[in-house]
Amino acid sequence: MLNRTVRKVAVLAAAMLFAGGAPAQGVEISFYYPVAVGGPITKIVDGLAADFEKDNPGVKVKPIYSGTYQESVVKALTAHKAGEPPVISVLLSTDMYTLIDEGAIIDWSSVAKSAADKAWMKSFYPAFMENSETGGKVWGIPFQRSTIVLYWNKEAFKDAGIDPNQPPENWKELVDYAQKLTKRDASGNVSQWGLQVPSSGFPYWLFQAFTTQNNVVLMNKDGTKTSFDDPKVIEALQFWVDLSRKYKVMPPGIIEWGTTPKDFFERKIAMMWTTTGNLTNVRKNAKFDFGVAMLSSGKRRGTPTGGGNFYLFNKSTPQQQAAALKFVQWVTSPERAAQWGIQTGYVATRPDAWNTPEMKKYAAEFPPAAVARDQLQYAVAELSTHDNQRITKVLNDGLQAALTGAKTPEQAMKEAQREAERLLRSYQRR
Amino acid sequence: MNRFSVQIHGWLLVLPAAVLLAAFTHYPAVATLLHSFYSTPKANRPAVWVGLENYRAMTQDPVFWQVLGNNLWFALGTIPASIALAMLMATWVNGKLHGRAFLRLAYFTPTILPMIAVANIWLFFYTPTYGLLEQITVDLLGLPSHNWLGTPSTVLACLIVVTVWKEAGFFMIFYLAALQAIPPALAEAAAIEGASRWTYFRRVVFPLLMPTTLFVLVNAVINSFRLVDHIIVMTRGGPDNASSLLLYYIYDVAFKFWDSSYASALTIVLLAILASAAIMQFAFLEKRTHYQ
Repeated sequence: MLNRTVRKVAVLAAAMLFAGGAPAQGVEISFYYPVAVGGPITKIVDGLAADFEKDNPGVKVKPIYSGTYQESVVKALTAHKAGEPPVISVLLSTDMYTLIDEGAIIDWSSVAKSAADKAWMKSFYPAFMENSETGGKVWGIPFQRSTIVLYWNKEAFKDAGIDPNQPPENWKELVDYAQKLTKRDASGNVSQWGLQVPSSGFPYWLFQAFTTQNNVVLMNKDGTKTSFDDPKVIEALQFWVDLSRKYKVMPPGIIEWGTTPKDFFERKIAMMWTTTGNLTNVRKNAKFDFGVAMLSSGKRRGTPTGGGNFYLFNKSTPQQQAAALKFVQWVTSPERAAQWGIQTGYVATRPDAWNTPEMKKYAAEFPPAAVARDQLQYAVAELSTHDNQRITKVLNDGLQAALTGAKTPEQAMKEAQREAERLLRSYQRR
Repeated sequence: MNRFSVQIHGWLLVLPAAVLLAAFTHYPAVATLLHSFYSTPKANRPAVWVGLENYRAMTQDPVFWQVLGNNLWFALGTIPASIALAMLMATWVNGKLHGRAFLRLAYFTPTILPMIAVANIWLFFYTPTYGLLEQITVDLLGLPSHNWLGTPSTVLACLIVVTVWKEAGFFMIFYLAALQAIPPALAEAAAIEGASRWTYFRRVVFPLLMPTTLFVLVNAVINSFRLVDHIIVMTRGGPDNASSLLLYYIYDVAFKFWDSSYASALTIVLLAILASAAIMQFAFLEKRTHYQ
């Protein structure tokens, strides 16, 4: 006991000596991370930790693979409730309000106080920071982030008599192209659909692309209000529903997220919407020439961002927090962000990462990699509110009810809004 | 003194199992019941006693009623079908035929495969246009294409088929063991009496299989409320909760919504359903079951 106290005092003294937040010797930071895309992610992360330790003797980084995003947040919150959370964790940017409400995280701005630290927090794309800040504080640092993009089969475009290098620019062209690309036999059976937008699991994310393009946002900045019953939201949903019901260019019913890339490889669909994170997968498996483009514009261009941020957990010591800050700053530096983007297919999170020699070379060799970056200027925050998972479930259920024809878009969105208002009531009082 | 030490001895022998049971079965069950009467604690709002509020909220929760209904249909769809199929397969591989061992293994294979892997394969079976099912219904039979997992009216049936396929082989093993325990003299006697094979099965084999059927039935009922792996992989409860079952909903509420007290209340309902099903089975079927 005495020994421990002495050590604590010594560590504190050391920390004071290195004013400015330099980590003390012998600090260990545990670090949960999920894997959500293909590729040897665990190996890459272990490599990052080892490189950091080489540059920063005295700090040990312990990466712990924690499953999918969903499993990771369950594990992190359970560990928090049991009193031993990780020091940092990569979790969905949309989990921010949940983590704050559970009192599980502390804001980075309370640790990163120097001018250099503040400049660092401002160095990321603003679209990524939308999901990382609330109440004037920075809670998340963008790490593995993505957007939705359009993939198209150039051969199918050629067969349908469309310029294979010209993706649809707007909704009208999108419908027009998709109609030309949908192949039907005499009895009405479809051998190739024009377009596929997945709707299983997390349809709200893809729906946000439609709503953003229709120039409407789904929630307020504080995450206490939603606007699911806005006429423009209903209009956006009507367009999605019409793609299969009115224009008949998309398969009816709910479309599975997981099989959509496979449908694309099998030439059952000519265009698909999916995450940029699938880029490496498509590059490897598509046996035909394909293109990657920004999503077509409605009233404007638009896509939600997605993916994970670094969170700093409560219950860590000041030394661990200082070391964690150092690690996160190191791993999000332009060179590392570029390296991470190239190895995984995620969007490098800051503009200066794209000016590094490696990234310039990669983007020149493989231009689709830069599409997601160029789209970022039109990107908005992914739907995130207090009681987030419940609200998204309410919206998901409504979307699926409309897409399967069980409810009209108007009815589905009005009911979703009523339920969301009921759930968010207690948060609006604060 | 001697009797006392025998008592101690006995208790010591029971102790390890008793401790494990108490720590991992009885305590959690009681704790769950208690939690269901409290509100969910949040960062700055500790849990308070709310009595039956969670249960009242449940009666007004449309999703709860929907998943309960789904679960009853799921049970109705899986239990009789998997038991009948298991009995049929067991009778078939109990006969004298070539490649019997291979056939038994084939029937049992679904059981040893991990559910997550299997569900991923079935996901592609059900894929519209190029999935295995569509290759048969569309390409061979010329029926119109259908989005099997993406339509509320067919998704539950699709999951029932996967479950029956997964379970029948497992239950078959029990029936096979029971069939082998039936003395051949009974078949010979029936043959001498001139009984048809169907009469022999109905009047002799089937009653003798009753203890096995009871055991299998209890297991099948429990499984119909317990299996959720394939839902996580194949549908995540969608579209619009059409394939969500009670246990999956509990997972959603507990680990996505972090509403632990409402999840506790739902768990208590699940426990009550299973307990009453077990009691009914043992009370009514026991009387009609002959143990040798």
